[in-house]
Amino acid sequence: MRFATLTQLKELCGELGVPISQAMMIEQARETGQTGAHIFEQMAAYYQIMKEAVARGLGPGVRSRSGLTGGDAKRVKDYAEHEMPSLGGEAAKAMAYALAVSEVNASMGRIIATPTAGSCGIIPGVFVSAQERFGWEDDVLVRGLFAAGAIGYVIANNSFVSGAEGGCQAEVGSAIGMAAGALTELRGGTPEQAVHAVGLALKNSLGLICDPVAGLVEIPCIVRNGFGAVTALAAADMALAGVVSAIPSDEVIGVMLEVGTAMPAKHRETAKGGLAQTPTGRRIMKELYEKDGKEGRT
Amino acid sequence: MRFKDVFAIIGPVMIGPSSSHTAGAARIGRAARQALGEPPLVADIVLYGSFADTGQGHGTDTAIVAGLLDMDTDDARIPDAFGEAERSGLEVSLRMSDETQPHPNTAAIVLRGPSRRISLLGRSIGGGSVEIARIDRFAVKFTAVYPTLLIFHEDRAGVIADVSGILRCAHVNIGYMTVDRASRSGSVLTVIECDQAVPADALPLIRGLAGVSDVSVVDLAAKEVR
Repeated sequence: MRFATLTQLKELCGELGVPISQAMMIEQARETGQTGAHIFEQMAAYYQIMKEAVARGLGPGVRSRSGLTGGDAKRVKDYAEHEMPSLGGEAAKAMAYALAVSEVNASMGRIIATPTAGSCGIIPGVFVSAQERFGWEDDVLVRGLFAAGAIGYVIANNSFVSGAEGGCQAEVGSAIGMAAGALTELRGGTPEQAVHAVGLALKNSLGLICDPVAGLVEIPCIVRNGFGAVTALAAADMALAGVVSAIPSDEVIGVMLEVGTAMPAKHRETAKGGLAQTPTGRRIMKELYEKDGKEGRT
Repeated sequence: MRFKDVFAIIGPVMIGPSSSHTAGAARIGRAARQALGEPPLVADIVLYGSFADTGQGHGTDTAIVAGLLDMDTDDARIPDAFGEAERSGLEVSLRMSDETQPHPNTAAIVLRGPSRRISLLGRSIGGGSVEIARIDRFAVKFTAVYPTLLIFHEDRAGVIADVSGILRCAHVNIGYMTVDRASRSGSVLTVIECDQAVPADALPLIRGLAGVSDVSVVDLAAKEVR
């Protein structure tokens, strides 16, 4: 790839005279030796799976294998359709869709890791709701996935995208930054504005720990995906309005690395701290292990 | 770069719940099976760090066994991998270790098949991407997303040149390569990550080279074990 930072990505877009999505498609084809059409087809297939996951998660009967979670996406959707959500209907829909995909993930359903399974609701939540709202064809959203992927590629290689390495900021935070940057481009923003959206978004999730109750990708992961979709919309709006990230986005990614590296192991996907070790978190873990006839280690 | 391309970030398509603890774990298992080069009969699995702490909730053990049975990350049979293992005659033992590893999501797997034995240490680095860090006694580093040749051979002049000559004739370009030896003039593992699939007729030529004792191909993009 001819870019390793967001600044380089922005410069590459300038040299080639293309948006981030197009630059990513060109670089992917160069790197893999595959045709642009082949690459686009694979991403298009991924987008269909995301849409299927949204639809499935909004339907009845989605429960996690543990039985702890499920049905919240439908709850939020019904509320948004029949009441007056404080967020406004469109943001509430993005939130419901993000919850839906995360609930499908927890039920061991089929999803696309974006960038991870723990954060798999945010991009579909933002993308599928935006498609309905703005009447975009599928191809527009598929291009958006390349833009999101370019941003994630930079974050992953300069920081991290796993909760065990860098906490929840690395998963949910990265997904919010990717969704925010991609949406900025899809709404007509420049590469520079898209890059600012990434920095604005990431700053809001710095320090977020990974503390899954009973080690399951459910509590608090699912609701964080719902919140994440809303935050991505907000960051894209700020960037499109002309708000800039005063600390350059590449430097914010550096901070995520610094913060995650300093994070104690108990807050990096070990279920040994945070929400997992609250009295209720411990009780839930104990009950689950008793139900399964297994012994917990913590 | 730890993450090679756009599909390391958007993707893989997978069965939940965790890309590192489920999909990545399945890929480590599948890489181990491919490295063995034959269906395993006995598997000893050790989980470290976050894999050991939260692996139960994420189904890490199940996912590794699924990978040993050649299941890909979106295989609907993953949740029942232990049942599949029993039916296919794969005996699995599992242990959690408190030992600290450089990476929090680490698994060590020892596999025995009808004719071979292999040990492998893999790390799940996020979003379903993996790194293989050790095979038997050899320190290696590869992602298994390229067609990857594992060539076990003697430490003597010309073996690597002979292998690259065969690859050149097969029009296969070498992307990355690591070489580690147990001792000077001892045994060597050369790992070659290729840009193209290695043609089936090139493998016997490499196996037949003087000084080469074993060759296997690891390629997580491949649909089936060769």
